[in-house]
Amino acid sequence: MPVVELSLSRLQNLVGKKANKKQILDSLPFLGLDIESLDGNIVRVEYSPNRPDYSTDFGIALGLQGILGISKGILKLDVKKQGNYEIKADSSTSRIRPFVTGIVARNGLLDDESVKQLINMQEDLHVGLGRKRKKSSIGIHDLDRISFPLKYTTTSRDHRFVPLNSTKESSISEILQDSEVGRDYGSILGQSAKVPIITDANGQTVSFPPIINAALTTVTTKTKNLLVEVTGIDKQSAEDMLSVVVTILQGAGFQFSQLKVSGSKNSTPNFASRSIVFDADPVNKILGLNISGSMLLSCLKKCRLDAVMKGKKIQCTIPRYRFDIFGGMDIVEEVALGYGIDNLKPAWPASVHIGEKNMTSEKLDSISRLMTGFGFMETLNSTLTSEQILYEMANRDSSQIISVTSSKSQEHTILRDSILPGLLENLSKNIHETYPQKFFESGIVFSKGAPIKETSSLACVTASEETHFSEMKAVLQSLLRIGFNIKCETKTLPSHVLFSQGRVAEIIVNKKTVGYIGELDSKVLENFRIRTKVVGFEIKLSGLIFD
Amino acid sequence: MSHVLHDIEKQIIKVLQSDPNLTEEKISQETKLSMDQIRRGVEWLRQKKLGDVSESVNISLSLGKNGLDALKNGLPERRLVNLVKDGPKTFDEIRSSLQGFDFNAAIAHAKKNDWINIEKTGTGSKISLKDPDADVPNDLDLIISKLGEKTIAPTEFDNTPLAEPLKSLMERPDFIIAHEEKTKTVSLSETGKKIDLEKLDSGAIDVEADVPHVHAARIHPLKDTINEVRETFAHLGFTEIIGDLSQSSFWNFDALFTPQDHPARELQDTFYLKGLNAKQLATPTQIKNVSNAHKKGWRYYWDIQEAKKMVLRTHTTCVTIKYLADKKPDEARIFSLGRVFRNEKVSYKHLVEFNQVEGIVVGKHITLRDLMGIQKEFYRKIGLTKVKFWPTFFPYTEPSLQSMVYNERLGKWIELFGMGIFRPEVTKPLGITKPVLAWGGGIERIAMLKFGLDDVREFYNNNLSWLRTASKCQ
Repeated sequence: MPVVELSLSRLQNLVGKKANKKQILDSLPFLGLDIESLDGNIVRVEYSPNRPDYSTDFGIALGLQGILGISKGILKLDVKKQGNYEIKADSSTSRIRPFVTGIVARNGLLDDESVKQLINMQEDLHVGLGRKRKKSSIGIHDLDRISFPLKYTTTSRDHRFVPLNSTKESSISEILQDSEVGRDYGSILGQSAKVPIITDANGQTVSFPPIINAALTTVTTKTKNLLVEVTGIDKQSAEDMLSVVVTILQGAGFQFSQLKVSGSKNSTPNFASRSIVFDADPVNKILGLNISGSMLLSCLKKCRLDAVMKGKKIQCTIPRYRFDIFGGMDIVEEVALGYGIDNLKPAWPASVHIGEKNMTSEKLDSISRLMTGFGFMETLNSTLTSEQILYEMANRDSSQIISVTSSKSQEHTILRDSILPGLLENLSKNIHETYPQKFFESGIVFSKGAPIKETSSLACVTASEETHFSEMKAVLQSLLRIGFNIKCETKTLPSHVLFSQGRVAEIIVNKKTVGYIGELDSKVLENFRIRTKVVGFEIKLSGLIFD
Repeated sequence: MSHVLHDIEKQIIKVLQSDPNLTEEKISQETKLSMDQIRRGVEWLRQKKLGDVSESVNISLSLGKNGLDALKNGLPERRLVNLVKDGPKTFDEIRSSLQGFDFNAAIAHAKKNDWINIEKTGTGSKISLKDPDADVPNDLDLIISKLGEKTIAPTEFDNTPLAEPLKSLMERPDFIIAHEEKTKTVSLSETGKKIDLEKLDSGAIDVEADVPHVHAARIHPLKDTINEVRETFAHLGFTEIIGDLSQSSFWNFDALFTPQDHPARELQDTFYLKGLNAKQLATPTQIKNVSNAHKKGWRYYWDIQEAKKMVLRTHTTCVTIKYLADKKPDEARIFSLGRVFRNEKVSYKHLVEFNQVEGIVVGKHITLRDLMGIQKEFYRKIGLTKVKFWPTFFPYTEPSLQSMVYNERLGKWIELFGMGIFRPEVTKPLGITKPVLAWGGGIERIAMLKFGLDDVREFYNNNLSWLRTASKCQ
């Protein structure tokens, strides 16, 4: 989950002096913000990816004002149609990144911290909503450096301009090869000969989306007026992203002028709110509350939504940036948040349900009890293990290997098809402990099927100088007889990679081979650095004691 | 008072009753027990006030280098006297006729005994005999000859006329060496002496004696917690269902309204099984409805090939949602418990494979407050009493809450299970009409609280000394 760093005193200024710092801190979790760390005035909170408006303290302050009752309902958005701000999309963009949208934000003040917050917002929006800039990406520019109308078009890869944070001109190809952002995001543009570009009325490059802005329009603490542009492959998600930026800039004190968008399926963004009409009854029912209509309205307003009674129904108005609200159940959550989760008291439902454990779990349980009774210690190993343990050290055939893609951990790359090698690994890790050592493990093993088969197995080992085959056979026979009334036989096996020749047998139940038992081969033991004798068995439980 | 004695103690008492003061070494010889057994036995007797141990230091004397020289050639002062008996000699004459001779010591002692005169002349100092009886052997000679090449305890000289001369001889360098030797002498107390070994109850044993540690074979501590959780869900009226660890992306993601371009579905978060695709996904209706829900909700081209990719399940919800989609119950309490997988870097708080439990309540009249109540009761049953709820976000539930549990040892609130109501975007396409409330989370976290662990990897290290001794702290 994304994290945002906040200054408490700054947050308090934004929320309003009516709230003290303790109230603010106590309220953060009830907006769904997890406090990750608190160090004096600096608090780091984790926010949910469905609320990108919480990526800055401006957005969080809006939420806090609501829940603390300082300022409720929708923050009215006024987009003036003054000025002659316009961008025209060229049809050539439709094949690579078809949509552009944007807005002009005026008369704001950005201090260092505000610029930091906006950069954090931009990064988080790019990662989440923008799907690493692929779906949509933002550029924020100094409005006063730009001459309108703008053009959203495409250009060849030898087009040159001075990119952000640089003083010298580079070509698009150079930017894609030499800069970090170029290497990270260049793949979005594929092998296309033409790439998207925004130029102004004087032909100056403003932005090379979704990679980098031009140095020309760099935003500093002296910047008062902004141009925000969003480009993308999905019109609605580009406008979603823009609406979040607008809300945050509104919180930062900016006023807005419309940017007219036209050309090739593009149109001027619409920031109108939507409404959902719903019954109060089901909301109360699902929350287990009985709150009045007017109380419901108040709860919604505390979540910075607007709501009015329409006869017996409630009409809720949802601002453009709350596109996380899909329908009725989302409204239920807003009511719960406005009501205060800490005011929801746990109840105890009358129930006639009789619970029970699964039969497989029960039988595995009784195996555990019997095995500990025989003196075996239970171990637990990952089913996702390593080739080294399962095949290399155990000298086993790896032709039926099932592996996972791109594991971050060397020890977890393949699914186990046997439990015994894991137990040898456990013995290997404990060679400095006192002997005898007796281990068992039951669990899932995998094999190729249609497309994959999962079965349960049991394996156990005894390591000591005095142990021998018949000791293990005695355990195996007693386990199956006492636990499941099953008779088993052991039949000589000419050879098995894990066991010594002449000291290994198949385990037979009803004329079917269900496993192997024997003294472990000395080479295998050497591979695991085990210096004592080891006997063990592995037996398939699926099909034997359960399906 | 009757005594319960260990066999070792009995044997020690037996030898001491016939010989009241013995060293530990001697007892070891007599009883044929090892020194280690004797030490333990003596310590037990001492604690029971049946025996005493006295530590004594034995000193013995023998001649040193100068002493042995005196034994052979006489004391230096006597050799000096013998030399000047026939007439006075100068210092140089004396020095040259006596080899390896301590001249200064000889002069000093002969002078002290008033045996010689020293006259200063023009050719240097001369020594002449003063006492004609000076060559008669005295006490010092006696001591030296008595010691000879033997070792003698100093007590042999006590209360004899030689006691004082011995002191003076010991002050002279390298004449006499005193050897110190510590011995532990064991004796019986008055009670100990009176013990009648014949009459002791031979059937009684020492029930208070220390014993070695033994290790029980046991169920793995994490499994113990898993069993407790499973048991508690059953107590709360939930019935267990089980499902495969490998699942199609369809049930792990698509059926839960997770869009195909969602970051959680990327390789760096989820384990995909190399080259494996599901053969049978779901019923044609289920596939069609899920596909439509995605197109409507997320506005993209839903690709069935993507849904067929096999993954290691990232949660147990894939098992519960399939159960609900197939059975469509009006009323139900079910749960699923087992291993889940995340492609994470292994650390003290993250594993790639861990256990999760998830409970589902379906019912026409079930409420969010009911689910909070069930969860609170669950925590109470497993011994966690301080619980509170915070809002949170899960992609497929709305509203979503998380429960926080206070841990005394850590002195802070710990995030445990999550809960929420399945989104209609999840339930509707699968034909589930009644509200579905879900709750659950990782079990290792609970086990960490119970066993006081700060590193989750400990559970899978299978360190035998920990498995043998791990004990519950909560």
